Order: sequence, then structure tokens, then C-alpha cells
Amino acid sequence: MGEMTTGGAGTTIQVLEGSETGFATTRFDALLNWARKYSLFQYPFITACCAMEFMAMASPRFDMARFGAEAPRFSPRQADLLWVVGTISQRQAPALKRIYEQMADPKYVFAFGTCASCGGFYDNYTTLAGIDKVIPVDVYVPGCPPRPEAVIDGLLLLQDKIARGDRTPAIVKPRRDPIVQAGNLVRLGKKSTAT
Amino acid sequence: MSKRVLEILKSKFGDDIYETHSQFGDDTAVVNPEKWREIARFLRDDPQCAMNMFVDLTAVDYLGRQTPRFEVVLHLRSMERNHRIRLKARIGDEDANGADIASLVPVWKGANWFERECFDMFGVNFKGHPDLRRILMYPEFVGYPLRKDYPADKIQPLVELRNVPDKLPPFGIDEGMPFGRQTHDYPRGEETN
Repeated sequence: MGEMTTGGAGTTIQVLEGSETGFATTRFDALLNWARKYSLFQYPFITACCAMEFMAMASPRFDMARFGAEAPRFSPRQADLLWVVGTISQRQAPALKRIYEQMADPKYVFAFGTCASCGGFYDNYTTLAGIDKVIPVDVYVPGCPPRPEAVIDGLLLLQDKIARGDRTPAIVKPRRDPIVQAGNLVRLGKKSTAT
Repeated sequence: MSKRVLEILKSKFGDDIYETHSQFGDDTAVVNPEKWREIARFLRDDPQCAMNMFVDLTAVDYLGRQTPRFEVVLHLRSMERNHRIRLKARIGDEDANGADIASLVPVWKGANWFERECFDMFGVNFKGHPDLRRILMYPEFVGYPLRKDYPADKIQPLVELRNVPDKLPPFGIDEGMPFGRQTHDYPRGEETN
């Protein structure tokens, strides 16, 4: 056990090293939430083109498994994170609601893409204007489809919310594009006047 | 090329071919809806026409622009003779009464789902269809969504929608894209929601 003496008062702080045993104190729900946030068993409810981004997220390049959201479960009863990826039509809404009801608590819902968040540009007779009309949503990720980076942001946001025990809906905000920020954005239709 | 098909049709059916035109290689004949199946069967069986491929069947709603309001459009192609033709038939008055036409399933089996879709979207009644029910919308749906008198913002949810009073700012009660509707001249009344 290493010892460290601070100041002249003679107080010593004992620091545990890796090979030694000891204990740490925390709140029970914090421990539980810490365990939950790294073991998200996901149920992908994939209906539309956002599925391509979901595949990119799940495959090694962006690698969702880094954040503990590794194993997709194809039964809602074994899952605790519902990914709704794509447009939900009015006809699918009862199925989605039933799947949500079958999931065991604690359960989280991830609205992937603009269509799942608010219906997108499908403002018509057949499309559900956002899955939050039917089931509560924890994280919205806008984008058509969202970049995998935005989805990772959403996943980390969800983990943060789980750790804090916060169930209010959250939105992934757009990141400032460094190219736009630098004023180097190429504008179409404007020719250079430097000739 | 396939203007010959129009000539054959006109010589065979005479007054039942209401009008024809040919433009950019597309040949169109507007025909008598009473003779719809007869003409289709002739086009399939006649060796000069030999329309052995059913390409497409749909309808157009010309409410307020012409009466009869529906125009059923049929596209055919001959794989043997390498020509194609478009047939149209005008049916239905302004209240969509009499929107009946003979089914083409006895002529081409492929017409089955096309006619079901046309029935689902426009309410055109295909007489003699073996299984005329909705194909895209759910059975509980009331009305025909692609008719011009169907309100553009009318939805018919199957499950009761949640009412979340404290929603986040981007997703208010009127989410979707209402600005796309600003040019429409119908009222956004309560009875349409």
C-alpha cells in the first residue's frame, strides 16, 4: 500500500494499488445505473433507409459494441433499448406499441432519424408523425439519415441520462462543422470575383 | 410503328375508341369503359397486337376539371412485336358514383394487385375482381386517400395517440411540416384532424 504525506500536519492518505483489495462506497442506484448504462441489450425495429446507418453503427467501423450496446436481441422481452429506425406508418403503430409493451423495465427508446422523431417530410395520411405519438422516447437523433457520429452522440447521451436517472426526452444537437466555422464553405452558384 | 395498333383498334372498334393521340412515341387511346375488357382481350389475342405484357394500371382523379372524374390508365407492352400502348377510360361522376369498370384479372393475372391498389387509393370498383380489398391501407381506413376530395391532413390512427403536454420545442403539437400546406386553400378545421 502506497503512502503519501501532505503538508506538515502529518496527515497520510492511503492509495490502493491494483493488486490490493479494498472497498468503495456509492449509492445503490448509482451502481445499478452504472451497470445498466454499459449493458444495453438492443431491439432494432428497423423499417426504412436509416437501417443503412444502423448497419454502419453496428459494424466494426463505428462499432457500437464499444459502448456496451453490443448484442441485438430479436425478442423484445430480452431487450431494454428499443431502436426505432425509420418511418413508422399508421398501420405499423399498433405493432410498435405492442413491442414496447412487451419489453421489461427498465426500458429505453431511441428515435433514430427524422422520420422516427417527427415523421419527417411524410406529412400525409399514412405516416405516424413521430413515434412519440405512441410510445415515450428517451433520445431523438435528427438527421436524414443521421451520421453515425450523431448516433454515437445519442448513445452517449442516453448512457449519461441512464447514469443520472433522468427520463426526460433529449435531442442530439448538431455539432458545429469546422469547415463552415472557418468560413471555407464552398457556395454553389457564386463564382470567384478575383479574376 | 405502334400507330398501327391504334389503326387496328379504330378499325375494329370504331366509335368505342373516343379519341387517340400519339406523341413522343407513346400511343394513347381513350376507350369506352363498357368495352374495357373486350378491348383488352382483343389486344392480347390479336396476332397483330399481341400485348402479352401487362405493365401498369392506375387511375387519375380529375375532380373539378373534367367529368367523368376518374381516368383509369392501362399500359401494355408486346414482347413479341416490341410495341406498347396506353389505354384510358373515363368513369365516375363528381360524387364518384358509377366508378365501375370491368376487372382485367381474367385477361392478365398480373392485374390483380394493381387493381387492388387502385381500389384502395381511388375507390374504383373493378367488377369481376376475385379479391377486391385494400392492399396498402388497413381495413379500418375510411375513404380513399388519393382522391382529390380526401383532406390532405386527415389521419386515421389505429392506436390512440399520446398527448404529451410538455414536449420539447422542436416537436410541438403541430409537428410535421405545416409550411408545405400554406398554398392549400382548404380550412384546417377540427373535423379534418
